Amino acid sequence: MPLRRWWQSAQALAGAPGVRGLGAGSEEWVQAARDVAASGGTLYALWVAAASAGAPHTSVYGAYLTDVGVLVVELALPAGGDPLYPGLEAIFPAASRLQRAAFDLSAVRCSDPDRRPWLNHEKPYEFIRVDGEGVHEIGVGPVHAGTIEPGHFRFSVVGEKVLRLEAHLGYVHKGIEQRFAELPILQGHRLAARVSGDSAVAFSWAYCQALEGMSGCAVPPRAAWLRAACLELERLANHLGDLGALGNDVGFAFGLAQFSRLKEDLLRAVASAFGRRYLFDIVTPGGMALDLTAEAARSLINAVRAVCSETAELRTIYDEHEGVRDRFTGAGRLQPELAARLGVIGLAGRASGQARDLRVDLPCPPYTELAVAKAVQQDGDVAARVAVRFEEVRESGRLLAQLLSALPAGAHAATVDTPADGAFGVGLIEGWRGPVLVALHAGPAGSVRRCHPHDPSWQNWPALEYAIIGNIVPDFPVINKSFNLSYSGADL
Amino acid sequence: MKPVDWITQVLEMAAALAAAPVFLGWLNQCRAWLQNRRAPSLWLPYRNLHKLFHKEAVIAENASPLFRIAPYVVFGAMVLAAGIIPSMGTRLPLVVSADAIALVGLFAAARMFMTLAAMDVGTAFGTLGARREMMVGFLAEPALLMVIFVASLISSSTALPVITAHLASGHVGLSPSLAFSAVAFILVLLAENARIPVDNPATHLELTMIHEAMVLEYSARHLALMEWAAQLKLFNYVCIGFALFFPWGVATGHIGPAGLLVAIPALAVKLAAAGLGLAVIETVSAKMRVMRIPEFLGTAFLFAVLGLLVHVLLKA
Repeated sequence: MPLRRWWQSAQALAGAPGVRGLGAGSEEWVQAARDVAASGGTLYALWVAAASAGAPHTSVYGAYLTDVGVLVVELALPAGGDPLYPGLEAIFPAASRLQRAAFDLSAVRCSDPDRRPWLNHEKPYEFIRVDGEGVHEIGVGPVHAGTIEPGHFRFSVVGEKVLRLEAHLGYVHKGIEQRFAELPILQGHRLAARVSGDSAVAFSWAYCQALEGMSGCAVPPRAAWLRAACLELERLANHLGDLGALGNDVGFAFGLAQFSRLKEDLLRAVASAFGRRYLFDIVTPGGMALDLTAEAARSLINAVRAVCSETAELRTIYDEHEGVRDRFTGAGRLQPELAARLGVIGLAGRASGQARDLRVDLPCPPYTELAVAKAVQQDGDVAARVAVRFEEVRESGRLLAQLLSALPAGAHAATVDTPADGAFGVGLIEGWRGPVLVALHAGPAGSVRRCHPHDPSWQNWPALEYAIIGNIVPDFPVINKSFNLSYSGADL
Repeated sequence: MKPVDWITQVLEMAAALAAAPVFLGWLNQCRAWLQNRRAPSLWLPYRNLHKLFHKEAVIAENASPLFRIAPYVVFGAMVLAAGIIPSMGTRLPLVVSADAIALVGLFAAARMFMTLAAMDVGTAFGTLGARREMMVGFLAEPALLMVIFVASLISSSTALPVITAHLASGHVGLSPSLAFSAVAFILVLLAENARIPVDNPATHLELTMIHEAMVLEYSARHLALMEWAAQLKLFNYVCIGFALFFPWGVATGHIGPAGLLVAIPALAVKLAAAGLGLAVIETVSAKMRVMRIPEFLGTAFLFAVLGLLVHVLLKA
């Protein structure tokens, strides 16, 4: 059955535009995955909602990014029946870690052979050994020399050449999904903003989108435009930080100094406009926590314009500096075919020819009116990921000028009703790293039955392990930084 | 040798010990200014050393005695090296026991102990750093020897003070052969002292380190000695550069108060200029891939050989 048929038989879900859901049995679960893969789609998220008072069945959910939209397939497991559900690792490599993490959280097992715990660190992790003359292992982390999040990287190397890299994450598992279930559903956006702090706007917007869809709240246009402005500011700030750090990782401290200054300028402009440097708790159910005055919008436009024009100048320096160019070009190359096979998404995907951007493909207001230009590169190396960042900085600058200069009049927030028990909604926002999903199951009396926040890092961490193969050990930091994946967002 | 020569000798070594941290502080200040950052204090390296000397040393359980003595050996080698490099005066009593080739050997001995100590505890990073250090070392040492041979051929001696005295006497201008070796020397200096573009002294990325990876396991007084030794090494290299290529201001006779009056300010001015020059090189370049280091040092060797050929064939 082609994907189109699945899509037609699915029902529209509350929340983000272009999301449909359908129920499936075990055979359909696998068949749907195969058909999605055949049509060029990819597995995006997988989570388990355990049986509870309101829901008699334990269900496994799979969300697929396809060309027609996002398809959410629900596999209801029979109570007391076969405890194993069919694994999807053979179809989508990214499924492996998702399924293992789901088991660690819910004790629902799939049929795939790799059963090493992912989030559960009780036992020593069994890394895959590489044998051969002169092969040895270098273990890095989880505690690193710099102030970064914890993760363990096991390199198998010959001399300086990397034969294999295996990452072991989960060191910052905090029980976020459990915590969601303890919060009133109208308060969850605050926790969502903290799933991965660098994507605060993306996650809190996705949460609110799901919630607003479930309770039928119409978000005022002004709020939507302000949210988009915040999202683009977040993208801008993160890209500037990364561009500086990438320069620093190749020993070009000038780049770090300049981009840090630009990021700081931007954060101060954001602080004077919104009262906070990083945009936590600004996207709230129904709209925005606060409005923006016309004067503040004008000064923000000026600040963004200044930052973007300086970034354009710095791009010339990065592009023309022989040493920087030499380090970026060809390092950590992820070929488009491999990226497609691994289901790499977001910024890293666009640098490897995977032209997916939810702001263009499944636009929610106000992106429906903005005509965002996708930044796509084919080379898949560090230089390509740098180029995508530079292009997105320029595009975000353009979007911000457009958004802030023509903010619709009206209220900046509407009231949101508590969604009905058993309601299900999905929020989808293209954050700076890639698409961010929040799947929200409402419980009785304004509670949360289950909330699954999904960061694109899940898909892209395994890709990093392929990108490093054949490179030399000292190039790993810059390759890793060019992906800049979230530990917190994937460890939950 | 007169007592005044011994005073010069002691003075030179004391000056090296005292000035090496400040020189690094100055270099870091210049780097910060060139990168539009606010500069750290000139005295920061001193404060670091002071802090480290007052901390409790932690040593890995499986460390051998070699790990403990290496900092002292490395530091001692660098102090001794400072004693045979004519930074202020050329009448140095220690020189009779060690010429420029012995100097290169002294650096090699220090490297040997440092790499052995790095591998001693058996961590991946120490071994990684030691391996890279040996790669840099075995390529840099011949280039350095070649540079010294050019100057030796010009002045018919392998003793640095004699070379300096000859070059400073005014018979020799900046000849083409010396110009070629000066370029080679700068490349060797950058590689040997873990500066950009070969190594990044400011990095926190353990996988990219060379020098820093080797001293990761050291703490407190051992680390202080290792850092001080690294600062001395940089100072020594810069002074070798002055001795070979810019010997102006160095007292060639018995140094007296009058000679010092010229030699000390001359050294200070040269150090300030060298610090600024190094900072410019480090700011405008990025760190190269480790696999490019052989090319880089190969270029250094080539330049040194060119200097030699120019001298032998063209007598220039």
